[in-house]
Amino acid sequence: MIPKLQGIGLSCIRDDRLLFEQLAFEVLSGQILLLEGKNGSGKTSLLRIVCGFRQPDSGEIRWCGDAVNDSQFYAQMAYVGHLDGVKRELSVLENLKIAQSLNATGQYSINEALCKVNLAGYDDVLVQALSAGQKRRLSLARLLITANVLWILDEPFTSLDKQGIALIETLMTEHCANGGMIVLTSHHDIDLNDVDVLRINLS
Amino acid sequence: MSLTQAFFAIIRRDLVLALRRRSEIANPLLFFVLVITLFPLGIGAEPRLLQAIAPGVIWVSALLAAMLSLDSLFRSDFDDGSLEQILLSPHPTSVLVLGKIIAHWLVTGLPLLVVAPLLAVFLGMPNNSLGILLLTLLLGTPVLSLIGAIGVALTVGLRRGGMILSLLVLPLYVPVLIFAGNAVQMASSGLPVDAQINILISILLMALVLAPLPVAAALKMSIN
Repeated sequence: MIPKLQGIGLSCIRDDRLLFEQLAFEVLSGQILLLEGKNGSGKTSLLRIVCGFRQPDSGEIRWCGDAVNDSQFYAQMAYVGHLDGVKRELSVLENLKIAQSLNATGQYSINEALCKVNLAGYDDVLVQALSAGQKRRLSLARLLITANVLWILDEPFTSLDKQGIALIETLMTEHCANGGMIVLTSHHDIDLNDVDVLRINLS
Repeated sequence: MSLTQAFFAIIRRDLVLALRRRSEIANPLLFFVLVITLFPLGIGAEPRLLQAIAPGVIWVSALLAAMLSLDSLFRSDFDDGSLEQILLSPHPTSVLVLGKIIAHWLVTGLPLLVVAPLLAVFLGMPNNSLGILLLTLLLGTPVLSLIGAIGVALTVGLRRGGMILSLLVLPLYVPVLIFAGNAVQMASSGLPVDAQINILISILLMALVLAPLPVAAALKMSIN
């Protein structure tokens, strides 16, 4: 089964305002879909529709050609949103262990993933002691330790420094080279060689 | 990882979190103890009167203490995005949520059971009804957490859900209050209480099976 994410005839209405209508897209493995548009144009709403948090007002999301069936789709996707989704009172290691036990185990171990996001040696540090950028990298480490094909990232570059951004871009390139796919929103223009980047401008 | 592992990982996580923010355990327990100790001061130390109202006082305080602790069930997970991650797990949300409810009961319900005998003696309840009091608390407080979870799941997305939460949940708590209070009262007069206990057991089993599904559905709505 070839992984394929499709959106068909999607529209979204929020507070009586039409954000988008008849939106269609198709992402294949190895591709990145970048959602662009000004603030309030519905980027996050579209991502949340893809995640299944929100029902589209018309249209549907298909995974591998079928309408999304929760547990099968969720086993193959990972989401990093505006909120980091990590607990302040738990240590870095404890947070990642929870993520791992909620999902299928991915290709990297926790230690390898921490090295990849430059957090090696922070295992026992409580998350409340981390900086905003470090927290972001921790939540991105979750993508590496769980099994997934599709990454859904909402502004993944927020609060990251230049090195952090380069690091995430490397991880994204690597993920696509391994046959993964990514849907993301970003204000920062992503600059990736060898990756097929599709763009949708919502404004 | 398997569903059982995920289930126990959630329980463990919530217990560790509760240990690290201790006020969450202390608040409902302190409330429970304070309310009950204030009663004799308010109505006078008339042993027979206290004895008569003891079951009701203990149960009403337990119910309000449970109400007080409900909001913490999903609030922090909702605020920091952990709830999104739980909903995105391939495991059934209802089972993971049941893990959270069990952890919540262990943290807020179980301590009430531990101090209840002391407070019962303090109010002069006869010894023969202590066992029944504990049994009703053991069967009843998990129901309070389970039913309360439905209300919290519905209101966690609202900014000021406190009032709606009490209106939603308190009427559903009434059957537990009636049967548990009545069982303890009957036991102190030496009458059999099998019927009330059986009803409490059936309420508990029903809540255990039926509550996690609407909780999962309501959380999906709230996260929107």
